Amino acid sequence: MRSLREVASGILPQLAAIGIVMILGGLLVTAIGVSPIKAGIAFLDGAFGGLNSIGETLLKSAPLLLAALGVAIAFRAQVWNIGAEGQILVGATAATAVVLWLGPMSHWFLVPLGLVVGFLAGGLWAAIAGLIKEKFGVNEIISTLMMNYIAFFGNSYLLHGPMKGPKQFYPESDFIPEAAQLPTILPGSRLHAGILIGLAAAVLVYYLMFRTVLGYRIRAVGDNPEAARLGGIPIGRWVVISLFLSGALAGLGGVGESAGVHYRLIEKLSPGYGYTAIMVALMGRLHPGGIVAAAIFVGALLVGADNMQRAAGVPSVLADILVGFSVLSILISTYYPILRAYLRRRFARVA
Amino acid sequence: MNSSPLLRLEGITKKFIGVVANNHIDFEVTEGEIHALLGENGAGKTTLMNVLYGLYRPDEGRIFLKGEEVAIRSPRNALALGIGFVHQKFVLVHPLKVVENIALGLRSGKFGLLGLEKVAEEIQELAERFGLSTDPDAYVWQLSIGEQQRVEILKALYRNADILILDEPTSVLTPQETEELFGILRAMTAKGLTIIFITHKLEEVMASSDRVTVLRDGRVIGTVATKEVSKEELVEMMLGREFSFELEKPDSPPGQPLLELDGVYALGDKDLPALKDVSLSLHAGEILGVAGVAGNGQIELAEAIVGARPITAGRIRVKGQDVSGLSIREGVRSEISYIPEETVRQGLFPSMTLAESVILKNHQDPPYSRGFFLNDQAIQSRTEKLIQDFDVRCPGPHAPVKLLSGGNQQRLLLSRELSQEASIIIASQPTKGLDVAAIDSVHRLLIEERSRGRAVLLISTELDEILRLSDRIAVLYEGEIRGILNGQGADPNEIGMLMGGSAVNSESMQSAGGAEG
Repeated sequence: MRSLREVASGILPQLAAIGIVMILGGLLVTAIGVSPIKAGIAFLDGAFGGLNSIGETLLKSAPLLLAALGVAIAFRAQVWNIGAEGQILVGATAATAVVLWLGPMSHWFLVPLGLVVGFLAGGLWAAIAGLIKEKFGVNEIISTLMMNYIAFFGNSYLLHGPMKGPKQFYPESDFIPEAAQLPTILPGSRLHAGILIGLAAAVLVYYLMFRTVLGYRIRAVGDNPEAARLGGIPIGRWVVISLFLSGALAGLGGVGESAGVHYRLIEKLSPGYGYTAIMVALMGRLHPGGIVAAAIFVGALLVGADNMQRAAGVPSVLADILVGFSVLSILISTYYPILRAYLRRRFARVA
Repeated sequence: MNSSPLLRLEGITKKFIGVVANNHIDFEVTEGEIHALLGENGAGKTTLMNVLYGLYRPDEGRIFLKGEEVAIRSPRNALALGIGFVHQKFVLVHPLKVVENIALGLRSGKFGLLGLEKVAEEIQELAERFGLSTDPDAYVWQLSIGEQQRVEILKALYRNADILILDEPTSVLTPQETEELFGILRAMTAKGLTIIFITHKLEEVMASSDRVTVLRDGRVIGTVATKEVSKEELVEMMLGREFSFELEKPDSPPGQPLLELDGVYALGDKDLPALKDVSLSLHAGEILGVAGVAGNGQIELAEAIVGARPITAGRIRVKGQDVSGLSIREGVRSEISYIPEETVRQGLFPSMTLAESVILKNHQDPPYSRGFFLNDQAIQSRTEKLIQDFDVRCPGPHAPVKLLSGGNQQRLLLSRELSQEASIIIASQPTKGLDVAAIDSVHRLLIEERSRGRAVLLISTELDEILRLSDRIAVLYEGEIRGILNGQGADPNEIGMLMGGSAVNSESMQSAGGAEG
């Protein structure tokens, strides 16, 4: 177990980064004539002021958390899955299609079924990238990215065609049966059970990665593929497995959106959660504990910035700039020691 | 020799976090000498030379050149003062010509033109003067390792270096190339140049240097004239304790053949033939040395045997069973221990814990895992036992492997492989990069395994190591076995010739199955 002191010194750079962002953000806001205090209060109020705000923050955190856990599994295997966005969509699409097709049934059957379908669909979708990497040597960065477009426009096609609800004016599916909807867990807010699934997944992923044969092999392949190969671990197979798990968690995140937030499939189901999840995974240093903290942080950032815009009149572009700036600062502060060590090593080797 | 030194380093101290790499080092070099800088890994040799070449700034100390104090802040400074550095790993651009490599980074000629013809002429002149025969118009990728080293030396000379630092210059050379290099160095000092060369090999110090300075733990232990010192004395200076070169090698009658290769062919990474018609047999209780210059099929041979590389023709039998089609860790093949050439890159997990590297080959078996779950306790106690048995110096079983020194990483790998209780051990360059004491302990471990009736295939580019340990010696050249000799009384020159590709007909040559005789 790490001592409190170590943990404290571990997050100190991040706290410093937040401080710097607050100062610079204050200056920026002042420059356009808004009181920084007012903006700051609006930000905090939006993210944490009251049950509804907290609910909104966690609502945004849920898909980020699940997708980032998935991204982290792949990254641990040195598989650069940047297709979480597509995997979210495929998971949501498959789960929605299945529950719509089955119609009203028992709550205890339909909700888990939707989750399982989303899990499998997201996983299989990502595993395709693993298979074509193993068989044809196609770089997974390119394949997972390209598959995001296929997922997005495929989903769009379905919503304009086969899956479009007959009574819907927009390209949307019908509403899913109530029995398939994720329950709301915080009365008076929109917060659904997805966040609980995310937290449970974080615990499971931790055990999976550090306490099981499966996690050992994934990390071994990532840390040193050559040593893993010579030790008898078939690398190609584990690349596919890590991508499957990675996509499956993102798919689960997608089900949270379709069955917990919108109760139907829509075109813009994800405002880029899959890409933001990559940052969340890196901010959390690919560790489930860190990822939980990072997902909540980014969720708060998104909701707080939104409120800053509505309540304090900070233009939405500026709010977005601040979000990007905070994420960048946190990333720098998170990787600063690693970066420093890397540079030192590089320099020593050259010397 | 002149009485006043050409170069004098005074009280050089260089600290890294937690380590004093150089501790008040005084070091003098006389004009026209070959000065060896001898020490174990981590003794501070390279650090000191990096200070001299301007790559590190010393925390304390002064440097005098021809009696005047100089400040060396960068390699550019050093070169301007006539100090050149030939690195252990060459820094050449392979797709470019020799002349282009040498001119690289120099100020261009008139109107920004390269003026390479003139450079080529000057190179020829230099090469002739020092006996460094080189074709300036050859491409670097066409050159042998020895020739590439000459280009590196020419690069320094072309920049008017008159003090040349060579960092472990022989680690990549064949015995013949090493001798050639020493000849060249002699010719250079005869023309007034001064050479400092870093090494941890005693034989080279004895064979080539005029004086030697021994470093240990960042301090100078002493500077002596090579003629007046013995190998034993130097080792004691290096290690700070008595050390015996004697290696007890009890008689071990060879037993059953455990590993047999019969007409094996395999491809290299570029899909070119790397092994051609390799046949050999390895018996219980023997060490079969495979000598050869690096890149002649050693890696492919080891990988073909352990099953990490498919063979395209021939048969491999382990204990009489055909394993040719089996992949790594399948069937009787799992009874082979493999010590790969590059310890960390091929054998360990640098960012993971020691324990996680130790259980690589057993993690799926009880008691280290029960079904799906790893058993931390069993893993930890095994790791602790191995750490103790093999004397791995480390903070504990949960420390990341990358924190260990090279020697300890090697011991960790050996602990995993030798504790497999496998009857066949494939050891590929098991002492690469290790220092005298660590090499000795690895050698003793291998002999111990042989005494226990195991069969050891020792693949090494170090001829001394091969001669010291092997019962029989096979020479690999361009993927072919060029001869199998008896280990006892083998003639290093003959092996050297075979390593260089010459055909030799000699009585000491034996047939491939010669161990029974």
